[in-house]
Amino acid sequence: MMLLSTVALPLLGALITPLVSRRSTAILPALIAGTIGITMVSVLLSQAPDVLGGTILIEHYPWLPGIGLSPAFRLDALGLFFALIIAGMGLLITLYAHFYFAGKHGAVRFHSLMLAFMGAMLGIVTSENLLFMLVFWEMTSLVSFVLIGFHQDERPARRGARMTLVITGGGGLALMAGVLLIGNSVGSFQLSDILAPETALTSDPLYPWMLGLVLIGAMTKSAQFPFHLWLPNAMTAPTPVSAYLHSATMVKAGIFLLARLNPALGDTDAWLYSISTAGMATLLTGAFIAMFKHDTKELLAYSTVSHLGLITLLVGLSTRMAMVAALFHLLNHALFKAPLFMMAGAVQKATGTRDMRRINGLWRTLPALTVISAVAAASMAGLPLLGGYLSKKMFFIESLGAPVIMPLQWLTPALAAIAGLFSAAYSFRIFHNVFFNGKPQDLPVWPPKNPGVGIQIPAAVLALAVVLVSWHAESVVHGLIGPVASAAAGVALPDYDMHQLHHIGTAFFMSLAAMLGGLLVYMAREPLFRLYDQLPPADAREIFEWLMTRAGGRAERLVHALENGSVQRYIALIILSAIVLAGPVLLSGIQWHGGETMTPVDPLTGLGLVLLMATAVGAVLGHHQRLFALLLLGSAGLFVTLTFARFSAPDLALTQLSVEVMAVIIMMLALSFLPQTTPRESSRLRKGRDLGVAALGGLGIGLVSFAIMTRPHSTIADFFLSQSKPGGGGSNVVNVILVDFRGFDTLGEITVLGIAAVAVFALTRNLQLKDRIPQERDQYWASNPHPLILRTMARPILPIALMVSAYIFLRGHNMPGGGFIAGLITAVALSLQYMAGSLAWAHERMLTPFRPLIGLGLLLACGTGLGSLLFGEAFLSSWFGHYKLPLLGHLELATALLFDLGVFTTVVGATLLILANLGKLMTVHGPGKEIG
Amino acid sequence: MEALYATAVGVLTACGIYLVLRGRTFPVIMGLTLLSHGVNLFLFASGRLALAAPAVIGESADPTDPLPQALVLTAIVISFAMTAFVVVLALRAAVELRNDHVDGVDPEEDWRP
Repeated sequence: MMLLSTVALPLLGALITPLVSRRSTAILPALIAGTIGITMVSVLLSQAPDVLGGTILIEHYPWLPGIGLSPAFRLDALGLFFALIIAGMGLLITLYAHFYFAGKHGAVRFHSLMLAFMGAMLGIVTSENLLFMLVFWEMTSLVSFVLIGFHQDERPARRGARMTLVITGGGGLALMAGVLLIGNSVGSFQLSDILAPETALTSDPLYPWMLGLVLIGAMTKSAQFPFHLWLPNAMTAPTPVSAYLHSATMVKAGIFLLARLNPALGDTDAWLYSISTAGMATLLTGAFIAMFKHDTKELLAYSTVSHLGLITLLVGLSTRMAMVAALFHLLNHALFKAPLFMMAGAVQKATGTRDMRRINGLWRTLPALTVISAVAAASMAGLPLLGGYLSKKMFFIESLGAPVIMPLQWLTPALAAIAGLFSAAYSFRIFHNVFFNGKPQDLPVWPPKNPGVGIQIPAAVLALAVVLVSWHAESVVHGLIGPVASAAAGVALPDYDMHQLHHIGTAFFMSLAAMLGGLLVYMAREPLFRLYDQLPPADAREIFEWLMTRAGGRAERLVHALENGSVQRYIALIILSAIVLAGPVLLSGIQWHGGETMTPVDPLTGLGLVLLMATAVGAVLGHHQRLFALLLLGSAGLFVTLTFARFSAPDLALTQLSVEVMAVIIMMLALSFLPQTTPRESSRLRKGRDLGVAALGGLGIGLVSFAIMTRPHSTIADFFLSQSKPGGGGSNVVNVILVDFRGFDTLGEITVLGIAAVAVFALTRNLQLKDRIPQERDQYWASNPHPLILRTMARPILPIALMVSAYIFLRGHNMPGGGFIAGLITAVALSLQYMAGSLAWAHERMLTPFRPLIGLGLLLACGTGLGSLLFGEAFLSSWFGHYKLPLLGHLELATALLFDLGVFTTVVGATLLILANLGKLMTVHGPGKEIG
Repeated sequence: MEALYATAVGVLTACGIYLVLRGRTFPVIMGLTLLSHGVNLFLFASGRLALAAPAVIGESADPTDPLPQALVLTAIVISFAMTAFVVVLALRAAVELRNDHVDGVDPEEDWRP
């Protein structure tokens, strides 16, 4: 529970904060966030002794174990180290933000998002399951997006936020692919399995993909070259966000990931070269550009980029103690960079600007902040005996012992020293420019006002921490960094030899050179700035925006090309893609004839099939004359009926026959409102295209059908045939399947039928047919709507038809028939009355609550199914018994009959609802009141 | 017989596809009907073509496969429901849009008010 609550508590706090805090200036949100921060820190500290001693806490919560998706948490030394930084820094930032936002709008939103971020970040570092880690990973990207765009009304903020989302979100997708590959190879997403010594991912053929994808994820998140662009643009966020997300925590997530997966993916040439090259490029780019930025936060952002590069480089180097150096520098960076950001925020409050060409000589106004910044900047510059000096010297030592990653042995140390030089230079610059360097020049706020003590406290605490860590460097490295680095390396590392840090050797001279060189560069800054300004301007943001606009335009054109509003094209594309997808499979050497001997063609059946084809082709050829085509279509339906009858499917034949009658009536009704002819408007090209598509589709289906029919028949029919009588109590197996074995399917089918009927009812509801399309001439339609002979004949037919229907219904369980067919016959018989008489005539003599009828049928079918539950059977189990009744004789009663009655009722109701409402439109008296 | 039957299935499908690709609602509805005929026959044939062997116990010594028949029976009813719905949809569209083109826009006339 401990680890789960570590993640859940901040997330819960994020939800609660906006609910309980009405006024944004109140202290409540900060209080909630602060309490949670303190709880987190103390809980984590209480675990520290055990975990640093080598214990790994793991919590499992089974959720979907079948697909490897179970939340699980893990706390080892590496996770604890990061969690402590996240929680501790979060606590200080909460305090800072309280003063930063004092009296300003948005504090509630900030604290809520901050807590959400804290929870997600803790989730990343304590996840045992990589899939869940991904979820938290994306969550930090999203929260970061919202926080960068905190000032939504400012254009740069929105652009910066979007850029971050595109880059880190895209990286997240790559990481997801990488994680899936890893999980697929290992067979588990649990870190315990992935990091186990017997896992051999590095020899997997997909290893380069895994490494590359994970690397993209890590590099985008940790702002590595060339993905570093988003970080400087993220500086539009409020300063607490920059200090927390974009310097201390989120940007370290990528490094955490690399350290975490190091035992599984590391220790290969690919790992060494790709990561250290990326790190080196980032280190140099960041350090160089930072020097020339005039905005305090931008300078700090590029400096962060550079330090992240340094840490990444160390993680990649894979020398024995490089991990110790990396993690020690990570700690130092968190401690010295956050107070500098806090300083930048406080100075902006004091002066109204972040431009270092205007802010100068603030030491009189902000004496305390001057001291704090001096400590932090000195550590960043690498001045002797501070934490930054020590970890940078470790870096130099490792670079000297590094494997040759560049063509020349001395290149790595040389580049490292140059980066150190620039880093010293910009450190001098931010401190000296802000607090000394003459007098302030036309500040927006004049005179600069002291922003108060409160906002400086968190920075002071961190500066103190810098001093303490430097003072007790040895115990920090041995007691904290050592175990953490061992957890990251996957093997127990020996204690770091701290004496070599005080040794006067090559590394010492590298540090010295960097320091003095940095001083020189800083002193020569004026001519350097002028030189830098003459470089061709390459505003990455503009390039990015241009790329985005182009990508957007491309996507838009593609969408318009595919989705031009033409239904014809959509249908053609759907059918074409089906052909394209199935085509290669069919063409890949399938034997069309499956080997079974074909049955001989008897002349009558053959003629029937030929006529079926002829009517279909006739309907196509004559489709411009709609009534003609419709008649041919009806005949095609009749030939289909005959085909069913011929090939031993009496139930199908009966159903098809009655459906065909109803369908043709409905289409006739519709046709009387629609134009009688179809214009010849398709171009030759389109006709050709459609013919091609149709021919391919028909050919494919025909061939597949042939291939199936000539193959040996293996079926599960034997079960149904043998169980029909003893299990279902009926000898018509088709009907028993419908009402018993597959009763649930049938229930679904009649539900769909009912829905379609109700939809027809709704569509015809306010349809005003006086709006109908002007007809050419009503030439086809009889002037006498109700011919005498039909009218006379229809009346005696009704009782006979109903009797036939009842007979078909009752015998359905044992002989061809059943609810579907009986229902359709009843519907046909009743619709004959409509046609023979008139709508009004029929309705005077008929009950017309069709919609309740549909409901009743469904209720009956459902009720029968539910009834079996009462007897402890599964839904829709049937029961039957044989009775001898007086007069009727031997009778079999089955609950399936009740179900079939439900089917019957629904079919009658639905069919008549459709027909009556369509017919209603025809009457010369207008729509009238609604039917059904 | 199988070859002829398969040809019929193919022809029905091809005719259905061609009509479905037309620009006016009524031919499209007819095409859907032909297409469902083709599909129903296709499904039905997966139980093989048997003469005089209905799946009724006691009627024949070697009854045919009842399962595709049960499937197709419901498919027939469903496609009827679908046809009815599409017919009414086409009617409604024709009345409200004052033309019967599937895109709702008659290419031949400038229908804009």
